[in-house]
Amino acid sequence: MDGNLNALTTIFTEFYYWVTVVFMFLIHVGFCMYEVGASRARNHMHTLMKNIMIIPLVTVTFFFFGWWIYWAFPNFPFWGGLDTEAGAANLPWADTMATNVSDRITGVFWAAFLLFSWTAASIVSGSVIERIRSSALWVHAVMIGSVWWIIDAAWGWHYGGWMVRILGYHDAYASGVIHAIAGGYALGVIMVLGPRLGKFAKDGTPRDIPPHNPWLLTIGIFLIYTGFWGFYAACNVPVISPEGIDGQITGVTWTATNIYLAPTTLSAITFNFLMSLSGGLMAAYVISKGDAFWTFSGGLAGIITASAGNDLYHPIQAMIIAAVGVVIVYKLHYWVERRFKLDDAVGAVAVHGYAGVVGLVISGFVLWGVPSSPYEGYATINPIGQITGAVIMFFVLGFLPGWALAKMQAAAGVLRIPEEVELQGLDYAEHHAYEDAKAAIIEADKQELAARAGAAAK
Amino acid sequence: MSTNGYTSWAVDLAEVGPIYPFQGYEVLMVIIGVVFWIGWHRIQFVREGEHLEKARHTGDEEKVKAQLERY
Repeated sequence: MDGNLNALTTIFTEFYYWVTVVFMFLIHVGFCMYEVGASRARNHMHTLMKNIMIIPLVTVTFFFFGWWIYWAFPNFPFWGGLDTEAGAANLPWADTMATNVSDRITGVFWAAFLLFSWTAASIVSGSVIERIRSSALWVHAVMIGSVWWIIDAAWGWHYGGWMVRILGYHDAYASGVIHAIAGGYALGVIMVLGPRLGKFAKDGTPRDIPPHNPWLLTIGIFLIYTGFWGFYAACNVPVISPEGIDGQITGVTWTATNIYLAPTTLSAITFNFLMSLSGGLMAAYVISKGDAFWTFSGGLAGIITASAGNDLYHPIQAMIIAAVGVVIVYKLHYWVERRFKLDDAVGAVAVHGYAGVVGLVISGFVLWGVPSSPYEGYATINPIGQITGAVIMFFVLGFLPGWALAKMQAAAGVLRIPEEVELQGLDYAEHHAYEDAKAAIIEADKQELAARAGAAAK
Repeated sequence: MSTNGYTSWAVDLAEVGPIYPFQGYEVLMVIIGVVFWIGWHRIQFVREGEHLEKARHTGDEEKVKAQLERY
């Protein structure tokens, strides 16, 4: 850090990302509460543990190889080789991936991306509750969190990614790169996993499985909203000079940028986050006829739909796009459930996957011709590029890997819990151990009390 | 063609103002937004009225008593 301004910018940027990471932790807290609230009492501890263990497993694998993938894969394998030069500083044995006073940003930047990885894995976790083996889910968590989503980020969420350069792909707040891919992945897994026992009647009619604790679920989704706000800030570069961007921007005016280093403002994304949340809530309330949980999820789906272009939209555009997305997502969820007999336990495929896809498609039309990047020679944003991008995110990098791995796990007999365990509940053994331990300690205390009373009487 | 008037970021940002799409249509967008908002109230009023009308005829005396006890 040479010069006071450079030092101040570096420390500010470091602190900015650090704060976003802390906010984003609330997303995971929210997902845990949502899953536990949605599951039945006999499965609570396993449901919670399944999601909690995503944190360490994705963290260590993201340290070992996920972060390197982001820097090495922007053009690999179709448009060039691995970028080993950029990747070198992000290998787990690089001295920049440790305590180093000449590098103050790698750790917090790594953490910001890592929190996105947890989110991707956690989205999948919600759709498969009450019947997947934890061991199977944790392998999926590593694959979606430290491999597939970060490949899509290198391709379509990196200033040099081939999708940005060639397709004009634009996805500022991750409609596709987090939500469409995770929703697609979840769809692939639940297609193989099958529905929970009792989800469908003999004639194929779907049954509602109401949440065990609606209030926990409500607080959970509000925490997800809060964390999502931090996520929005984390997707920006807070302040950078035109020379720092090294693109075509002229003059000396510093700016905030999106992940592609194209200009936006914190003001814009604050307007658009709140207006798309509102559009989503209002549309979901109407379309679901006031169903509380679809209304809350609709707020989230609204933000996700508008996220691809929320760096550029007018707030009213963000609101309307969110509302349109939510109506499509709601209809699609029930159509898929009835038609294919799929049990998406928390609506994750719909709220994240379908909303992400719809958001990408809409942004291709609304932002048609707008530059995707400040660098020369990049394609501008266009509907074909966004639709192609949506297919890559949802189907190629999401659905296919999830489905293939689940197929392998099913063939090996390690995907789904036995029916007997599903009926008695995943926590059955723990509940009995708890009751036995409780009875034993009460009995011991009673004996102690009796012994003391006996001694006093003598 | 570009919906926000920029086809390249080869610009001096000191000279740039709005960058949202469809500049010049702000009033129309506000009208659409207000119609969405007022329309929402209209739909909600009608639906809630229908729901309450239906609900007032569905109460079972025993169940209502149980609800009162439940507090």
